Amino acid sequence: MCLAIPMRVNEIHCNQEDPLSFPVAVVDENGLRKEVRLDIVDRWPNIGDYLIVHAGFAIHTLDPAEAATNLKLLREMADNVIGTAD
Amino acid sequence: MLSEQLTEGFRDRELAEKLTGRIREAATGPLRIMEVCGTHTMAIFRHGIRSLLPGEVELISGPGCPVCVTSGGDIDQIIDLASVPGVILATFGDLVRVPGSKGKNLAEVRAAGARVEIVYSPADALKIAESTDRLVVFPAIGFETTIPVIAATVLEARQKKLGNFMFLVSHKVVPPALDALLADPELAIDGLLCPGHVSAIIGAQAYQPIAEQFHIPCVIAGFEPIDILSAIYRLVCQVREGRAEVENTYGRVVTTNGNARARKMIEAVFEPCDADWRGLGTIPGSGLALRDEFRAHDAGKYFALNPISVPEPKGCRCGEILTGKVKPPQCPLFNTRCTPTSPVGPCMVSSEGTCAAYSKYGLS
Repeated sequence: MCLAIPMRVNEIHCNQEDPLSFPVAVVDENGLRKEVRLDIVDRWPNIGDYLIVHAGFAIHTLDPAEAATNLKLLREMADNVIGTAD
Repeated sequence: MLSEQLTEGFRDRELAEKLTGRIREAATGPLRIMEVCGTHTMAIFRHGIRSLLPGEVELISGPGCPVCVTSGGDIDQIIDLASVPGVILATFGDLVRVPGSKGKNLAEVRAAGARVEIVYSPADALKIAESTDRLVVFPAIGFETTIPVIAATVLEARQKKLGNFMFLVSHKVVPPALDALLADPELAIDGLLCPGHVSAIIGAQAYQPIAEQFHIPCVIAGFEPIDILSAIYRLVCQVREGRAEVENTYGRVVTTNGNARARKMIEAVFEPCDADWRGLGTIPGSGLALRDEFRAHDAGKYFALNPISVPEPKGCRCGEILTGKVKPPQCPLFNTRCTPTSPVGPCMVSSEGTCAAYSKYGLS
């Protein structure tokens, strides 16, 4: 099941001296503090970025500006007449 | 809070009404759209999308639930492994109630003494292995969203030299299954609503060959109502204009090329193999097997398992439901012998299964 709700990054833990420790982001999920692995995320997140998470691993770092652009484009599409919506 | 802004805008009622109006204007004849992601199936029900669409637009659920498309033989092997003395089977929760061909599911073998642990992430299964000397087996079932997660865990297991942690791999990849579906002359569909998070990994470009070869519009969508309605609108427009292109209405998560890092990790750990899909049969190159260098973590090799084939439960039409040929109410078992509390087929078990969705939302 894909979780569609982006989760905010509050902390990042990355111990480069220990090869057996894996980088994690601490996110907020409905008020719960949760660790999310960063092994396969497409772009390294910053504090305040949002993550799309699947089975405990972040798969995508979401920039809030990208989400705003996405919504703006969909709004424009809905406002346009048929056939000129690209 | 910003996370609400990130989702609330995509649930805007006024915008949804506007899009619904656009779809009504653009849909000039009957058209069938298939969604190939179980999370879309559930989201379409949860948001009541069908009730917003004009009668011309029909939504059909495809093979988008990983548990549902796992063959009966693979399910039997998982249940059998759970009963092997000394094994702890750590699994995603969706698998626990899928009946095997011998009439038992994982919950029942657990009640009979097998050790079955439900985990949220394969990383949690790895932690179990670190805390025990027993052999921990994780049934790796899933599409491209789950596969890199498993790959990362396999790499961690190797790095930590965890000899008691193995995977029973039954992964499936989406594009070859779409090829097989679309090549079926019995399935008349006009557009594909493409998955959100599978596409985050494989990228929008992965659908280009499918759109071209089968001249079928492919539109990627997120999971909020505006995402889904926008994608349906784009599909309806493409059909009306006779186009067959790949479009992406989930730009905040899906890019043209997808997640290269995750794909590289998949590539490092797995190699393509044939896979047996419930409802679709064996599709060449549609599975992924652990590369030989990871055989220490390959439960299939360790237990010398070979693919087995078992008959479908009597009367169960999951196979045809998964390929969009029939809808759940057309199955004689639906909501009679097969219910969410006592499921016969996998489509009724999984939270993403088409039958479970129809039953939960009272569609008949």
